Amino acid sequence: MKARVHVMLKNGVLDPQGEAVRHALGAMGFDGVNGVRQGKVIELDLADGTTEATVNEMCEKLLSNMVIESYTVEMS
Amino acid sequence: MHAAVVVFPGSNCDRDLAVAFEAAGAKVSMVWHKDTKLPDGVDIVGVPGGFSFGDYLRCGAIAANSPICNEVKAHADRGGYAIGICNGFQVLAETGVLPGALLRNAGLKYICKTVGLNVVTSQCAYTEGYSAGDVIDIPIAHHDGNYFADDETIARLQGEDRVAFTYTDNPNGAKGDIAGILSANKRVLGMMPHPERAADAGHGGTDGQALFRALSGILTPA
Repeated sequence: MKARVHVMLKNGVLDPQGEAVRHALGAMGFDGVNGVRQGKVIELDLADGTTEATVNEMCEKLLSNMVIESYTVEMS
Repeated sequence: MHAAVVVFPGSNCDRDLAVAFEAAGAKVSMVWHKDTKLPDGVDIVGVPGGFSFGDYLRCGAIAANSPICNEVKAHADRGGYAIGICNGFQVLAETGVLPGALLRNAGLKYICKTVGLNVVTSQCAYTEGYSAGDVIDIPIAHHDGNYFADDETIARLQGEDRVAFTYTDNPNGAKGDIAGILSANKRVLGMMPHPERAADAGHGGTDGQALFRALSGILTPA
C-alpha cells in the first residue's frame, strides 16, 4: 500500500520560492497568476496494514514541521 | 567547563566550535550523532553549523531525530546549557527545544558575509560579556536563516527578554530582525550568525570571543 503526503507552508508564512515562481511566470507573459505556493509531495511505500494514524504520526514527527507547515495524507 | 560538540554527517563547523570552546578554557568532547549518551559531567552542548544530512527534507529535521538529539533535549530539559549555531539553531528549533523555525532567506540567496548584530540582552550566560546595546560584527553563512514564529511567540520572546541578538540590517527577512533567541530559562541559545568564526585575530574579527569567554564561568553540571 502507498500513502501520498502533501506538505505545504501554512497560510501567513511567506513563501519566497512561490513568489519567485509567480514573478517568473509573469515575466514569461502568463498574466493573471495571482499567487503561487510551493510545497512537497512525499510518497511512502508501506507495509500492508499501516494505518493512516501512523502516517499522521510520521508527518507530525518528521515529514512536516507543524510550526510552519500543514500536511494532508492520501492513502491508496 | 566541559563542552560536548555534536557531530552529524554534514556538520562542518564542529571543529571551529571546539577550538572556540578550548580557547575559552573548556575541555571538549566530540559526540557522534549515533551516540546515545552525552559524556559524564558535560556543562554545555554545542550543536554546530553545517549541512547535517545534506539539509534533506528540512534543514535540521533529520538531525533533530537522531539518537544524540534525544540526549541533547533531555540535557536541556534538565536545565543544562546548550548553544546551537546556524544549522545547530535549525536543529534545536526542529527538536522543539527552542520555539519557531528557520525559513528560506526572503531573497532566496545563500548569504555569506559579516553582519552587524545588536546585543539585545546581557542577562544570560552567553551575553554577559557584552552590554545591551552593543553592536558586534559576526559572520553569517546560510540559505535558511529567516526566523519565523507566530506573532504571539515573537511577543513572548521579546517580553521575556529572550531575544539575544537582532540584525542591524536584516539580511534574510527574519521576523523582528531576530538573529538569536534564548529558551525560557535562558540556558539554551540558538543563533544563525557564527561567533566561532569571529573568535581569533586570524579570523579577521574577535567580536565572538566574549561569548565563549563568558561561558567559561559556567560550572554547574546539568
